[in-house]
Amino acid sequence: MEASQQEFLQHLLNGVTLGSIYALIALGYTMVYGILQLINFAHSEVYMMGAFAAYYTGRTLQLDQSPGILSFLILLIAAIVACSVLGLTIERLAYRPLRKAPKLNILITAIGVSLLLQYSAQVIFGAEPKLFPEVIADRTLFTVAEVEVRTLDITIFLVGTLAMGGLHFLIHQTRLGMAMRAVSVNGPVASLMGINVDRIIMWTFVVGSSLAAVGSVLVGLKYPKIDPLMGMLIGIKAFVAAVLGGIGSLPGAMLGGIFLGLSEEMVVAYLSSTYRDALAFGILIVVLLFRPAGLMGTPVKEKV
Amino acid sequence: MTDQRARGLFYRSLPSPFLATVALVLVGLIIENSTNAYTQDVVLWIFTNIILAVSLNLVSGFTGQFSLGHAGFMAVGAYLSAWCSLRPEFQALPDPLRFTLLPAIGGLGAAAAGYIVGLPSLRLRGDYLAIVTLGFGEIIRVTLLNTEAVGGARGLNRIPATEGWLEIGLSPYLAQFSIASFWTVLTITALWRIVHSQKGRIFLSVREDEIAAEAMGVNVTQAKVRAFVISAFFAGVGGSLFAHSVKYLSPATFSFTKSVDIIIMIVLGGMGSFTGSVIAAIFITLIPEFVLRPVQEITKVDLRMVIYSLILILFMIMRPAGLLGTREWNDFAWVKRLQLILSRLLNREAKDDSSNTPSPSEVS
Repeated sequence: MEASQQEFLQHLLNGVTLGSIYALIALGYTMVYGILQLINFAHSEVYMMGAFAAYYTGRTLQLDQSPGILSFLILLIAAIVACSVLGLTIERLAYRPLRKAPKLNILITAIGVSLLLQYSAQVIFGAEPKLFPEVIADRTLFTVAEVEVRTLDITIFLVGTLAMGGLHFLIHQTRLGMAMRAVSVNGPVASLMGINVDRIIMWTFVVGSSLAAVGSVLVGLKYPKIDPLMGMLIGIKAFVAAVLGGIGSLPGAMLGGIFLGLSEEMVVAYLSSTYRDALAFGILIVVLLFRPAGLMGTPVKEKV
Repeated sequence: MTDQRARGLFYRSLPSPFLATVALVLVGLIIENSTNAYTQDVVLWIFTNIILAVSLNLVSGFTGQFSLGHAGFMAVGAYLSAWCSLRPEFQALPDPLRFTLLPAIGGLGAAAAGYIVGLPSLRLRGDYLAIVTLGFGEIIRVTLLNTEAVGGARGLNRIPATEGWLEIGLSPYLAQFSIASFWTVLTITALWRIVHSQKGRIFLSVREDEIAAEAMGVNVTQAKVRAFVISAFFAGVGGSLFAHSVKYLSPATFSFTKSVDIIIMIVLGGMGSFTGSVIAAIFITLIPEFVLRPVQEITKVDLRMVIYSLILILFMIMRPAGLLGTREWNDFAWVKRLQLILSRLLNREAKDDSSNTPSPSEVS
């Protein structure tokens, strides 16, 4: 096999890995947007806090000395619990009082919460990067067609797929998921049908934050340096992925994430790495101009 | 209104901006002689921030379009102006005149950028517009980061600043201060007059109800693009003043955080109130330098943004309209009473005075 082709396959694999992380975080944005029509800017900071929760848990229990699946699960659970609690708190304290306020005010509040968490984290944790505990050794698992498949890539892909599959099951097979879908279609009518809308919104934040927590642990393993500003860029990109797929649509968020991860990896590999961060916005602008509802979203007609 | 009367009103309205500039220059004279260099620099930043806040308010407060990319336009103005000032062709002009004109060049560049950004993206609404303007702001920043002609990631060093006009006793600082006050007064006057004109009412109508405005025959997209371009022009002016007072530019300065800084100013001051923006810009520039910095020296942690974001959230929950809401300085009863007393003292008719400045609250 040619070297260039092998390289291409390697980039493809990396792109999918990166993309599934974007997808996990994008799901949180798209779920909250589907129900509240709010860009939850604080979502990226929930993700950052998840990484720090896992880091401190790992350090306290000294998990990097006993790597393995069990340690990984402990980190995952710690991050999920921390993120869920944080997501709930944000919803309860910052967003709920503004439920009936103009959308712009809620958007500004979301930016405020995001800044608050970011800078509080800098004060509490310090601005210097920390080394995430290495609970899964990164080694080559097997080689297919001269492409190295590493343990971490497999872990990220498996865990990501599992989380998204779980979400799909939750949304389509459970009563809670049905209620979530009902609220996202029409909140006031759903509440007439006996659904406690506030409780569904709380659950949405819990589920979305948990997905961000899973994403944060996976990123921590793959790129072990974590710092309080880590959420900013990845958060914006995940949001772009959500818009790309059609905000409010769950399969759209997954597709958008993978698409963005792949195109970023390819641009870095074959064009130029300096424009990497501008690429996401370029894609976003093009999509919004030509297909404002995203790839898989349904256009909404405006009613007077 | 006949042309002649309109012209008469226009000439009669000229003395107050002129007097305001003169008064500001006198304040500059006091500041120069009574404070240290650091305080003097902070005072210059106030002018930049006032211009940025007031210009963003035109788009967000008066036209109702939420933009998260104001720092991008500021960056265009700052870089263009700095780059021009380094060119030999520009050295031909005499010093104070050159630095008075540079903000206009920066502003024109930023306005062009605003037109390019605004034309496609202003068809979008609300959240989407916010995120697209954020995207454009970032793209401008990344482009600057990759443009070697303006220093790339290293930034642009040793930007020339005015050397004053020593023959008439104008020191470099006072000259820069005068240029900044001139442009600040010009910005506020221009935007104020735009908003209170017939064309300005179109902006307000877009903010209040886009669909109703469209039904009344307003070209909504055109109105938005106009507001956007005007706002970008003044953001560029602010950027240019920033460049020549700080004398060093780096793409990192113009990140998303800078845009948020400006948003904090207009939100706290009140969206749709120029007076509020000016007050908020002054306080938000002064507080971190003179209150939070000493605190930081004691506690060793930088709490500036923590406090800002908390204030932002609390304001949104408890006082979403900001300090002044959409009221301007002359909407307050005590100001009106003062104006009445003043005009009686000056033996002018009070009725005439109040009819010159209709307030935006009368519109909504």
